Amino acid sequence: MDNPARAAILKRMTYDSDIAIVGGGLNGPALALPLAQAGFSVTVIDALPAPDRHAKDFDGRAYALAHGSMRLLDRIGIWERIEDHAQPMLEIKVSDGHAGAGPSPLGLHFDHAEIEEGPMGYMMEDRHLRGAFLDALDDQAGVTQIQARVVAQEVSHTGAVLTLEDGNVHRTRLIIGCDGRASGTAARAGITRTGWDYGQTALVCAIEHELPHHGIAHQFFMPEGPLAILPLLGNRSSIVWSESQENAAALNRLNEAGYMAALRPRFGDFLGDIALAGQRFSYPLALTIADSFIGERLALVGDAAHGMHPIAGQGLNAGLRDVGALVQVLRDANRRGEDIASSMVLARYQSWRRFDTATLAMATDLTNKLFSNDNPLLRLGRDIGMGVVNALPALRRSFIREAAGLTGDLPDLMRG
Amino acid sequence: MQTAQNTVDPAEVAKFEAMAAEWWDPNGKFKPLHMLNPCRLDYITAQIAAEFGRDLETARPFEGLRILDIGCGGGLLSEPMARLGATVVGADAAAGNIPVAQVHAESSGLTIDYRNVTAESLADDGEEFDVVLNMEVVEHVSDPQAYTTACRMLLKPGGLMICSTINRNPKSFAVAIVGAEVIMRWLPKGTHEWSKFITPDELYKLIETAGLKPVDRKGFVFNPISWKWSLSDRDLSVNYVTASLKPTS
Repeated sequence: MDNPARAAILKRMTYDSDIAIVGGGLNGPALALPLAQAGFSVTVIDALPAPDRHAKDFDGRAYALAHGSMRLLDRIGIWERIEDHAQPMLEIKVSDGHAGAGPSPLGLHFDHAEIEEGPMGYMMEDRHLRGAFLDALDDQAGVTQIQARVVAQEVSHTGAVLTLEDGNVHRTRLIIGCDGRASGTAARAGITRTGWDYGQTALVCAIEHELPHHGIAHQFFMPEGPLAILPLLGNRSSIVWSESQENAAALNRLNEAGYMAALRPRFGDFLGDIALAGQRFSYPLALTIADSFIGERLALVGDAAHGMHPIAGQGLNAGLRDVGALVQVLRDANRRGEDIASSMVLARYQSWRRFDTATLAMATDLTNKLFSNDNPLLRLGRDIGMGVVNALPALRRSFIREAAGLTGDLPDLMRG
Repeated sequence: MQTAQNTVDPAEVAKFEAMAAEWWDPNGKFKPLHMLNPCRLDYITAQIAAEFGRDLETARPFEGLRILDIGCGGGLLSEPMARLGATVVGADAAAGNIPVAQVHAESSGLTIDYRNVTAESLADDGEEFDVVLNMEVVEHVSDPQAYTTACRMLLKPGGLMICSTINRNPKSFAVAIVGAEVIMRWLPKGTHEWSKFITPDELYKLIETAGLKPVDRKGFVFNPISWKWSLSDRDLSVNYVTASLKPTS
């Protein structure tokens, strides 16, 4: 009893909020909104100052939102705020390519017209999505926002106490870590991670181009790594370009003209002349999965639980699946009168998401290994495989639904 | 309100906390109950909400309702009912369960009146409730009819009894005794006596003879693929649950 911090978590603790979300990026607000809408009091604790919300210039960052993710954003009131900025992805073309030669004519073609749900996904600029989340948080009753870094967390069977850098404490029933792949929430709870480095770097930028993209997304598998060209509104596209770490470092050192000169031959001239729009970003590719997605009075969501190779733009989409699953588990438990932070409730979230995530991580990893390769036998196998998928409509439709995020055990927030 | 809350010897609390931890360990010896609990709670909360016109989307929807949980054990049903706002009495014939449940409710920040009493003695005392939860008890008592009649006496006019038990047929023998006790070791051997299991027709007769009106019944069905329990309208072959009402006049 002489330790004042322990006195704070003695029996019959009073709570500042039902749920404290650590991290105010994208998954944090995506979780806070439906939880508050379900009647929980929610506090979002973010280490970063809220950025300027007024229409900022496009900085080059964008997301590929799967159809299922769009449904979730629609249910929580975000989609209506960003709909006008969404570029539908109507088709996806996947092909083998060689640097300097552009895409080979043999490849996979997925058209949204083959499934009844609508476009496979939408491209959305980061500035619009982030701004919409911040505005929605301000408008949502039941959400409190704190700008502070969490420096300590203590958990007992009666509650959790977060200590902030200014010395204030925040008492809550449940902590949800949405603080990214270097999650402090996970580290403070002693949750270890498993993962590996790909020795590759993703170079990300946006380009303006002369000719229209017709809503077609392209994925070229180059020996060095995949290149994705994803349609943005207007004659603009988002580029995700994976290279070996050495090549990427060399490309990063180039000035804009040199960078564009290196990019141009990689996808030929089907979009006409191209120019850089916004900044250039670079992310080392590494897969990391938390060894547990839950702890005592704690759950991890998004990159804090699993950071994935962004080969198919699945990072945010997987995070939003976590959001949908966790909201449903907590809401159901609350309606039954269960303790939302009990291990039996949190275990339902973990069993729902961990298997799915591990499967996706393995599949993504294998796809990358299979395609980032110049072995002639593998190339032949790939081309035959692509031909088979193209020839079988049922198989092709299942790929389209997979890409649209409409397969697996979908949370209610993602159902049609 | 009874004052059973304050009769716990502090020296015993540590022991009770350890026993409570056992009751509330989802992978411990009460694992089958924990697995079944969400499904039981879905049924119970939906029936109470429908009968008393409560909205489960609101905070503390059961505020003002007095609920009796017979055979409360560690409080697996009493605590959710209290969290939903009900005034809860948890009764258990096993004296050892009472302090264990009390210690756990305290640490959950809940006030629950746990008592070492039987349904019959509560009825003799003239206690009345809006809802009587009679879950997995009737197959363990020596005189099911006297027990069910006591449950009816404990209800206010218009009150709701929810009763679950295990059917008696070859499948329930295979599942509940051979499966759960012998193969899976989910329950201690000898937990159930198959001959005391009750068919839905027999239960309806018990309920009607006691003066209650059955209004609903569902099966609890375990899916070994998803490893989850769910409610079924048709399959009452092993575990099942009924809702019945005490007439208002």
